[in-house]
Amino acid sequence: MIRSTKSLRSFAAIASIAALTLSACGSSDDDNKTDGGTTGAAAALCGKNIAFLGALTGDAGALGQNMVNGIKLALKENDAKNPDCKIGLKPFDSQGSPDVAPGLATQIINDDTIVGLVGPGFSGESLATGKTFYDAGLPSISPSATNVTITQQGWTTWHRVIGNDDAQGKADAKYLTETVGAKKVFVVDDGQDYSKGLAGTVKTALGDALVDSDQIAVKQTDMSAVVTKVKASGADAIFYGGYYTEAGLLAKALRQGGFTGTFMSGDGSEDAQFVKIAGAQAAEGAVLSAPAGPAPSGFEATGLYATQAYDATNIFLAAINGGAADGKAINDFIGSYVGDGVSGPVAFDDKGDIKETKIYAYFVKGGKLDVENPSPIE
Amino acid sequence: MTTVRTFVGNLGENWDRTVDRYNAQSKPVKILLTTLFTLFFFALPLLRPPVLTTEGIDFGSVMFRVAAFALVALGLNIVIGYAGLLDLGYVGFYAVGAYTTAVLTVYHGSWPFFLALPVAIVVTMITGVILGAPTLRVRGDYLAIVTLGFGEIIRICVTNIEWLGAAAGIKDIPHPNSIGPNPEGPFADKRGLFDIPRLEWDGLIPSLDHKRATHFLTFGSGDAIPYYWLLLTALLLVLFADRLIKASRVGRAWEATREDEDAAELMGVPTFKYKLMAFALGAAIGGMSGSFFASGQGGYINPQSFPLLLSMLFVAAVIVGGSGNRWGAIAGGALVAYLPERFREFADYRLFFFGLALTVLAVWRPEGLLPPRRTRRAKSVEAKIEALEEGEPV
Amino acid sequence: MDLGALFGNFDNFLSFTMGGLVFGAIYALIALGYTMVYGVLQLINFAHSEVFMFGTFAVAWVFVLLHGTESATWSLGKALPILLVALVAAMLVSAAIALLLERFAYRPLIKKNAPKLIALISAIGASFALSEAMGLRDRFAGWFGLDDNLADYVSPDKARDVYSNPVTIQPTNLFKIGGYSVSDVDLVIIVAALVMMIALDQIVRRTRFGRGIRATAQDPEAAALMGVNSTRVVQGTFLIGGLMAGAAATLYMMKIGSTRQDAGFILGVKAFTAAVMGGIGNLRGALLGGLLLGVMENWGAAVFGSEWRDVVAFVLLVLILLVRPSGLLGESLGKARA
Repeated sequence: MIRSTKSLRSFAAIASIAALTLSACGSSDDDNKTDGGTTGAAAALCGKNIAFLGALTGDAGALGQNMVNGIKLALKENDAKNPDCKIGLKPFDSQGSPDVAPGLATQIINDDTIVGLVGPGFSGESLATGKTFYDAGLPSISPSATNVTITQQGWTTWHRVIGNDDAQGKADAKYLTETVGAKKVFVVDDGQDYSKGLAGTVKTALGDALVDSDQIAVKQTDMSAVVTKVKASGADAIFYGGYYTEAGLLAKALRQGGFTGTFMSGDGSEDAQFVKIAGAQAAEGAVLSAPAGPAPSGFEATGLYATQAYDATNIFLAAINGGAADGKAINDFIGSYVGDGVSGPVAFDDKGDIKETKIYAYFVKGGKLDVENPSPIE
Repeated sequence: MTTVRTFVGNLGENWDRTVDRYNAQSKPVKILLTTLFTLFFFALPLLRPPVLTTEGIDFGSVMFRVAAFALVALGLNIVIGYAGLLDLGYVGFYAVGAYTTAVLTVYHGSWPFFLALPVAIVVTMITGVILGAPTLRVRGDYLAIVTLGFGEIIRICVTNIEWLGAAAGIKDIPHPNSIGPNPEGPFADKRGLFDIPRLEWDGLIPSLDHKRATHFLTFGSGDAIPYYWLLLTALLLVLFADRLIKASRVGRAWEATREDEDAAELMGVPTFKYKLMAFALGAAIGGMSGSFFASGQGGYINPQSFPLLLSMLFVAAVIVGGSGNRWGAIAGGALVAYLPERFREFADYRLFFFGLALTVLAVWRPEGLLPPRRTRRAKSVEAKIEALEEGEPV
Repeated sequence: MDLGALFGNFDNFLSFTMGGLVFGAIYALIALGYTMVYGVLQLINFAHSEVFMFGTFAVAWVFVLLHGTESATWSLGKALPILLVALVAAMLVSAAIALLLERFAYRPLIKKNAPKLIALISAIGASFALSEAMGLRDRFAGWFGLDDNLADYVSPDKARDVYSNPVTIQPTNLFKIGGYSVSDVDLVIIVAALVMMIALDQIVRRTRFGRGIRATAQDPEAAALMGVNSTRVVQGTFLIGGLMAGAAATLYMMKIGSTRQDAGFILGVKAFTAAVMGGIGNLRGALLGGLLLGVMENWGAAVFGSEWRDVVAFVLLVLILLVRPSGLLGESLGKARA
C-alpha cells in the first residue's frame, strides 16, 4: 500500500518534470545556443540554490557584495531565460573570517537545497573549509581566492575561475622590466597572504631589477616612511601587492612626495575606487594588472571580482540546465567545462586551477580607470 | 517588558536562591542534578531546541564557539574578576596557545594533539609570566594599554615571522584523535563506532534525523559536535579547578589585592606574586582555549583570527556576565559568542545591534548579569545606608 | 635592522622625522579626547575613535556638498574656503557625537556610581554601534527612502567601502631644509595642531571653566561642594574632546583624503597610546606623547621595516612606563598649576 503511493508519487514527479522540460524547450528555442545542454535531459535541480560563502559585512564586505552582485546578475539572466528552472541564491556571510567559515560550511553541506557553492571568497576561508566541502562532495568555484597552495590539497571539488598569484606576478615583473623598461623596481606589499604571494613572485621574477622592498600594514594610512624609502632607493618604478585602499593612498603619497616613476599593482587594486582614493592626478598613468579581460560593455555588476563571480555562477547554471542531477555530476561537468566567460576563457586543469590565464594591464587614463581597453601582457 | 525587566533585574537573587536550594539538597540528589545539568549541555547541539537553534549557521559549530568563548571568559575572569587586573590583550594568549599547538602538530613537528595541548598550556603560562613580570608593576589603567600593546605585538609578530607561517597562516592542523574508523574523502560509508541521530523540529514536533547523524567519536571536517564535547569537558575540568582555587588561600589573596592593594601588602600578602599568579593562570586557560580552537573543525589559523577587537569582546564577556562570578563569566562568554550568530538574519545590522545591546546592558545593569554574591550584598548594604542617611525607615 | 636607512642621509632623516611629526600632531589632537575625559572621570573613553571618524566623514560630505562629486585636484589655497567650512562642520559633528556619548553611554553610569570597568564596556558597545551605523548609513537612509537622493553621501551598496573626498589637496613645497622640501599641507597640520593645543592649555589654566575642570579632576566631591556643576564640567570635557577630534579629522582628511567606518579604530588606539606615553590626564603630555609616537613610528619603520612600526610604538610605550610609571610628564589634569 505504502509502496504503491510512493511509486505513484514518483510517477507524478517524473511526469511534472517532463512537462516542465517540454515547456522549457518550447519557450527557449531562440537562446538554445548558449545552453544547448537543456535539450532532452531533464533539469533535475530546478528550484534549488547556489550558496555564496564570503565576506558580506565587516572589513572586506565590499568585495563580497561585488561578488554577490555578479552572482545575482547571472541568476537574473537565468530566470529570464529559463522561467521554469529558476535557481536561487543563499548567501552566507563569513565576514572574511576563517574562524566563522567552518560553521557556515557545515550548514551549507547539511542544506539539501544547495547544489553548489560560489566561493569561498578568500584564501583563508578556503583553507579552513576546503576539507569540509570535499568530504561532503559539494562542488565549489571560487571567484577570488588566489593562494597557490589551495589547489595543492587534493580537494577535487574545489575550483577557481581566477588565475593564481604565480602567473600574474611573473607577467607583472616582465611588464615592468621589458615594456616599461624599469631598471630599479621597489616592491611593497601589505603583509596579507594574497599580497605577499603576489609581491613575492614579482620580487623573484625581477631578479637584479629589484632595488628594495618594504611591507606596510592593512589600514595603514601614513605612507611617509615608505615614500622616503622609495625615493632614497632611486627607484624608477614601484610594484604594490595588495588591495585598492592602501594602493590608492600609497600612489597618492608617492606622487605628492615627488615620485615620478611608474606605479603598478595587481588585481586587488584594479577597482575604480583606486582612482578616487589616490585622486585623479596621482593615479594618472598607474598600471593595474588583472587575470581577467574587460567586462562587456553594459555589464551591470561592477567592482572587483564581480565578473569572476558571474562566470562561476554561469558554470553551475550550465551544469544544472544540462541535466546534472547531483553533486558528483555537477563536479564532473565543471571539471570538463570549456567556455568563454566575461572574465576570459574558462577551463579547469585536474587540480581545479583555471587552465589558461590571460593577464591584462589596465591603465588609468584621463582621471579614470579605463576598464575597456586593457592590453594583454602575457 | 516589565516582566522581562524584573526577571533580569532579579537574576542575581534568583540565581542565589537556586544555588542555595541546590546546596540544601542531599548528596545523591546533588549528584543527580549535576549529572542531568551536564548531560543537557552535552546533548544540546543534538537536541537542537527550536528558538535556541541558530538558523543560518550550523548549531554545533556555534556551540563550539560558545564553549571556546566561555572557557576564555573563565580564564579572563581570574585576571579581571578575581585579581582586578584589566587585560585588554588577552587575545595574545589565545594566539600563543593556538600557534604553539599548530607549530607542534603540523608546522615543525607532528605531535598528536593531546601531547601538544599541555605543552601549549605551559608555553602560554610562561608567556604570561614573561609579560606580567615587568608590566604588573604598572598600576591600574596603564596595564590596560600595555596589555593591549602586547596583544598587538603578538599579532604583528605572527603576521611577519615566516617560521610561524606568516600571513598565510598554518593549515592542516590535525584533529584530535578519533575513536573508531575515520576515513578521509567524500562518499565514505562508515565513520566512527556508532551514529547518534539529531533531532529535527517541525514547529514543536521533534523527529529523528538519521541522515545527519553525529559519528561517535570522530573528529572530522563535517561536524563540529565532537569538538564541542571535547571542549565542554575541558571547560568542566577548568570550572572545577577554578572553584578549588577561588576557595583557597590564593583566592582570598586575590580578593584582598583587588579591593585594596596597599592594605593587602601591609597585611603581609605578597601582592605582586599573587597578581603574577593570576595573570599566568588566566593566560594558561586562554592558551588552552586557543589550542582547542587551532585543532578545531577547520584546522586552519592565520593572524587575522586574533584581532584586537577579540580582546575587547572577551573583556565585554566577563564584565557583562558579572566580573568575579565564574558562572557569570561563562554566561557572558556564551552570550557574546552566541548572540551575533543567533541573529544572523539581521545580517548587516547584527554588529550594530550587538554594540547597542552592550551599551544598553552596561547602562542598565552595571554590575553585570550575574554579579558575585559579595557585590550584591555590598549594594544592598549601600542602599540601606543611603536610606538611613535620607532619614527614611528601612 | 638598518640604521643607515635612518641616519645615513640627513635629508632622509628629516623626511622620516617630518612625516612622523605630521601624524604625531594628529595623534596628539585625538589624544586630547582620551586624556581630558580620563583626567576628569578616570574613564577610558574608548568610543572617542568614532567621534573622530564621524568628523572625517563630515569633511568629505562638505566637499561633496559644496563642490560636487567630480574628481579634482586643488592647491591648498584654492581649497581653503571649503576647508574652513569643513573644519567647522567636522568640529560640530564630532562635538555632537561626543555629547551624545556622554549623555547616553556615560552619564547614567556616572550617576549610578558604577565601577569604572563597566563604563569601558559601555564605551566599547557605543564604539561598535557608531562605527556600524556609519557603515550602514545607506540602509538607514533607505528606511526613509532617501538613499537615492543622498546617494552621493551614503554610497548605496558601497557604504562599507572607502569614502573619498572628491577634491584632492595637492601640497605645494614652500621651502627647503637641506635637501628636504617642506610642503604647505604638512606645515599647516603641525602649526594648526600646536596652536589648538596651546589655546586649550591656556583655557584649562586660565579660565573659570578650566578651573572647574581642574577642580573636578582633583576631587569631584570637594569641587561639587564648592559649587562646581560637575555635569557641566563633564559635558565640557566631552565637548572639547569632540571639537579637537573634529579638527584632527579635518587635518587628517587634508592629508589622506579618504575614510571608512573603521578609520577611527587604529588611530584611536595610537592616540590613546600617545596619551598614556605623555602621562594620561595631562594636556602637554598628550602633545609630547603624540609627536614622540609619530616620530618613533617612522624611525622604527626606517630601521626595522614598515611592518614593525606598531611593534616599535608599543615597545617604546612599555619602556617608558617602566622607567616613568605615570608617563613622561606625569598624570593628572588636576595637578596642572594655575
